[in-house]
Amino acid sequence: MIYFDNAATTFTNEEVLNTFVEVTKKFPGNPNANHALGMIAKKLMQEAEEQVASLLGVHPSEVIFTSCASESNNFAVQGVLHSYPYRKKRILTTPLEHASLSTLFAHLKEEGVEICMLRLEENGQIDLADLEEKLKEEPLLVSIHHVNSEVGVIQDIDTIGRIIKKYPKTYFHVDGTQSIGKIPVSLLNVDLFSCSAHKFFGLKGSACLIKKEHVRLTPLIYGGKSQSIYRAGTPSVAVIASFAKALRLALEHLDEKENHVKKLHDMMVQGLKEIPGVVVNSCQDGSPYIVNFSVLFTKSEPLLHALSEQEIYISTKTACSKGGASDVLLALGKNEKIASRSLRVSFSCQNTEEEVKCFLKILKEQLAVLNLEKGVN
Amino acid sequence: MKKVILIKYGELTTKKGNRNFFVQLLFERITKKLEGISHTIQKDLSRMCITVEEVDLPSVLEKLNTIFGIHEFEVATVIEPTVDAIEEAVRICSQQETFTTFKVEVKRSDKRFPISSMDFAKQLGGVVLRNTASKKVDVHHPDLRIMVEIREKQAFLYTRSYRGLGGYPVGVQGKGLLMLSGGIDSPVAGYLAQKRGIKIEAVYFEALPHTSLEAREKVIALARILAKYQNEVKLHVVPFTKIQEEIYKNGKKEYTITIMRRMMYRIMEMLCKKQHAKCFINGESIGQVASQTLSSMEVINAVTNVPVIRPVACLDKLEIMDIARKIGTYETSILPYEDCCTVFVPKHPVIHPELVECLKIEDHLHFENLIKETVENTFVLKISEEKEQQFKNFL
Repeated sequence: MIYFDNAATTFTNEEVLNTFVEVTKKFPGNPNANHALGMIAKKLMQEAEEQVASLLGVHPSEVIFTSCASESNNFAVQGVLHSYPYRKKRILTTPLEHASLSTLFAHLKEEGVEICMLRLEENGQIDLADLEEKLKEEPLLVSIHHVNSEVGVIQDIDTIGRIIKKYPKTYFHVDGTQSIGKIPVSLLNVDLFSCSAHKFFGLKGSACLIKKEHVRLTPLIYGGKSQSIYRAGTPSVAVIASFAKALRLALEHLDEKENHVKKLHDMMVQGLKEIPGVVVNSCQDGSPYIVNFSVLFTKSEPLLHALSEQEIYISTKTACSKGGASDVLLALGKNEKIASRSLRVSFSCQNTEEEVKCFLKILKEQLAVLNLEKGVN
Repeated sequence: MKKVILIKYGELTTKKGNRNFFVQLLFERITKKLEGISHTIQKDLSRMCITVEEVDLPSVLEKLNTIFGIHEFEVATVIEPTVDAIEEAVRICSQQETFTTFKVEVKRSDKRFPISSMDFAKQLGGVVLRNTASKKVDVHHPDLRIMVEIREKQAFLYTRSYRGLGGYPVGVQGKGLLMLSGGIDSPVAGYLAQKRGIKIEAVYFEALPHTSLEAREKVIALARILAKYQNEVKLHVVPFTKIQEEIYKNGKKEYTITIMRRMMYRIMEMLCKKQHAKCFINGESIGQVASQTLSSMEVINAVTNVPVIRPVACLDKLEIMDIARKIGTYETSILPYEDCCTVFVPKHPVIHPELVECLKIEDHLHFENLIKETVENTFVLKISEEKEQQFKNFL
């Protein structure tokens, strides 16, 4: 089996899973309970919270555990919108956002929120001059995907954050789902940050939102006391502990892992470029974890299934978006054909060069078969 | 690149005979605090120079801001002590800073340097003027003060001074016990005592099961914040339940708190003797609550001869809260757990208690043995600045 769909999800690390199982067994108490069983669970939860905070360079009270990155994204945007009712409802964003934000923005637009798209450079990065210009109108929020999940465009959140800092009424939300645990991330100039553990070998259903002290946030879920005052519901201590563990493991030797993936990336791009009729859509300065390409002479679905039968797993666009041409690729200036025939390979540090070679070989074979079926030479 | 932090002692230097001892303590404190960060320290009687790598500077400054006995410090660039090198450094500095008026000051501890301090200052002023546009010299109120110090092997350049925490190095005054309740006032009292050089050990009166273990955790968290200023804080946990129940059963209700405080003071005295502490410290603020009126203090204080230091006695609640916020204890202090002073509180505590009345009530209580037993059962938790992970295996 070759698993190249790590941007959709990764396989849960054995140690992380052990933490989940052990903590579930040994600390069954509700951390909100005042008795000894509750208190020890709470202590463990707080320690996990402190570990996450220190790994991300924030204060423990700034960590809110959630169920998924989509929740974190919705929470950040809607929470801020509701907290500043007297501000003009204007949000700056890009066409490269994940479905959890792009669909939310489409919905908010209907409700009267002004959604402004930032202009992109050719490589997909935000045009900083355009950002500066649009910031002058003091939008309430700027929300940006740190690493785009479909093509891997990396936004320079440090520089963007520094520019936004000049406008103290504007808050900066970063969706770091495809960046944290993969490339270095600094939250210094970020006000809100979403991420999810299952993208770095953690559990599904285990995510968090970082909310800096100075940002007001209205809850999405109301209720009694919990892990954070911003989100009610009985906290799953086991899920939270495994989040902390997954994050710690993911950040260990990050450089080495990234370098390894870079090698895989370069091999893959080189190999794909050598195949006639294949264009690589990802930029060279994007995330090494994601390679997006289109096969011009065949639709992507049949190819995906053909590869799947060979136990090779890649994806068309992102797992969370639906059929049709890719809006992201169209936004990046690709034509309809390229945008509707794209495929995504996404790596983890556990993939090997052997797998890349094998993938390229099988891809070529499958393309040949598909060609014959279509009667093309 | 290396940076030098120049430390001024301030009040320390006025203590002529003890100066060496004070400086040595400060030196040890800084060395301990900078463990794990590569640095060198040169110390003399008026100043200390700490050399660190520029990348470590933010964390070093943060640590220096938890050390009492530092009056002021400057962050200097190290330059070769030659005319050319210094001129170049001044030029770069003047181009990096934003200002309209400036002044250059030169000090030479190495008098073999070829130009006199005054002349060299003028010469360096010329360098600034030549390399910038529309800047003016103002010797009285300059926007930018460029300070150059020339020593034998190196020269320093710096532009601004930072206030240190002041006070004396913790420990110069020996040891004191802090009554740490979990409220807003007592951690501030502890911090201020540390500032005057008292090494503190904390004492927590616990009334399990009337108070919760969460309340103890809160006190531990507060002790941990204070540990930042002195490496480690010993926390004496006094099992106070029996005494409190005894008072509650047998005493006059309005005197409950007065008698309870008298018992606490008796225990504090015994603990001071046991721990060789010279005083005890608490967060009493005159008039804040019934047990902190002057009349109450008089009656409560009557049980002991050990000096009772009340650093926040004359501060308003808002002033105390300001300090609590500054040192980071406020957020923990306001967590809503009951402590032993709040569980048995009567509706109308006496504001002007009479000593005679106290003695009469205490006659009915058989407290000597209870106190002895309580002191014997007191146990110690060592609280260090860094919280050790209890659940490391899972995380």
